Amino acid sequence: MKIKVNNKEVETAASSIAALVDELALPAQGVAVAVDNRMVPRAGWADFALAEGMSLVIIKAACGG
Amino acid sequence: MDEKRHEGRYDRQTMLPEIGPEGQERLRRARVLIVGAGGLGSPVSLYLAGAGVGRIGLVDDDRVGRSNLHRQVLYAEDEVGQPKALAAARRLRALNPDVEVEPHVCRLSAGNVRELVGRYDVVVDACDNYATRYLLSDACVALGRPYVYGAVEGFCGQVAVFCRTAGSRTYRDLYPEEDAAARQALASKGVVGMTPAVVGGVQAHEVLKLVCGYGDVLDGRLWTIDLRTMQSYVVEI
Repeated sequence: MKIKVNNKEVETAASSIAALVDELALPAQGVAVAVDNRMVPRAGWADFALAEGMSLVIIKAACGG
Repeated sequence: MDEKRHEGRYDRQTMLPEIGPEGQERLRRARVLIVGAGGLGSPVSLYLAGAGVGRIGLVDDDRVGRSNLHRQVLYAEDEVGQPKALAAARRLRALNPDVEVEPHVCRLSAGNVRELVGRYDVVVDACDNYATRYLLSDACVALGRPYVYGAVEGFCGQVAVFCRTAGSRTYRDLYPEEDAAARQALASKGVVGMTPAVVGGVQAHEVLKLVCGYGDVLDGRLWTIDLRTMQSYVVEI
């Protein structure tokens, strides 16, 4: 199915956020994910079902000042 | 008080209906604590002092280093080696003598955070480490102070407002895993000066919105920017 990740169209077989994070080989820590402009806590990633057309934003943690 | 000094100083912002003379009076009465007088603290404090915030507290235990100067626009070459909070206070007083500047040459700790936060109305997080951010967020929850969060890395930055009301989002909602954050390998320290300029500017403006009461504050929402692509998002936390 097609979804958007950071405004780019991505073809994925991942059925959940957790699977997508694996597929994109994102680091286990230090990223946050929002679906349709709403943050999804890490604890909910495995159960969050992705669907055609969803728009995801992956945000890298930052700490510098 | 020297009336001449005020003449025209705030005209260009008070002519905005969002601010007006009433907003200016609110700014004059406002007390803002800025934690960190570095890359973010520089624009935050300069713009808030320029805007006429009545009292500005600055917390930093560091000294000015030469590698700071490309982004920490509060400081000049001949101030290398001086305590940042003191050099910053001099600069801000020179910019706007209306502002009462309170330098705190210390590190924020569990022992002093509540006493410091309690003396101000709004807290701006311009620090550079996770531990201080958790300390600040928890103190702002306990004392009911709005907490204007900002962070940068490389070309990327983010801003959010936490703890505005009792039910508001906190820094812990953004990064719930305190232990993982503490363990996280030190990220690259590389940064261009413009990243904190943009992000600190947005933080300072969130303070203006909070104090004067206009616009949609980033309450429980995270704004992010990547200056390489100019991609920007606002997501609900």
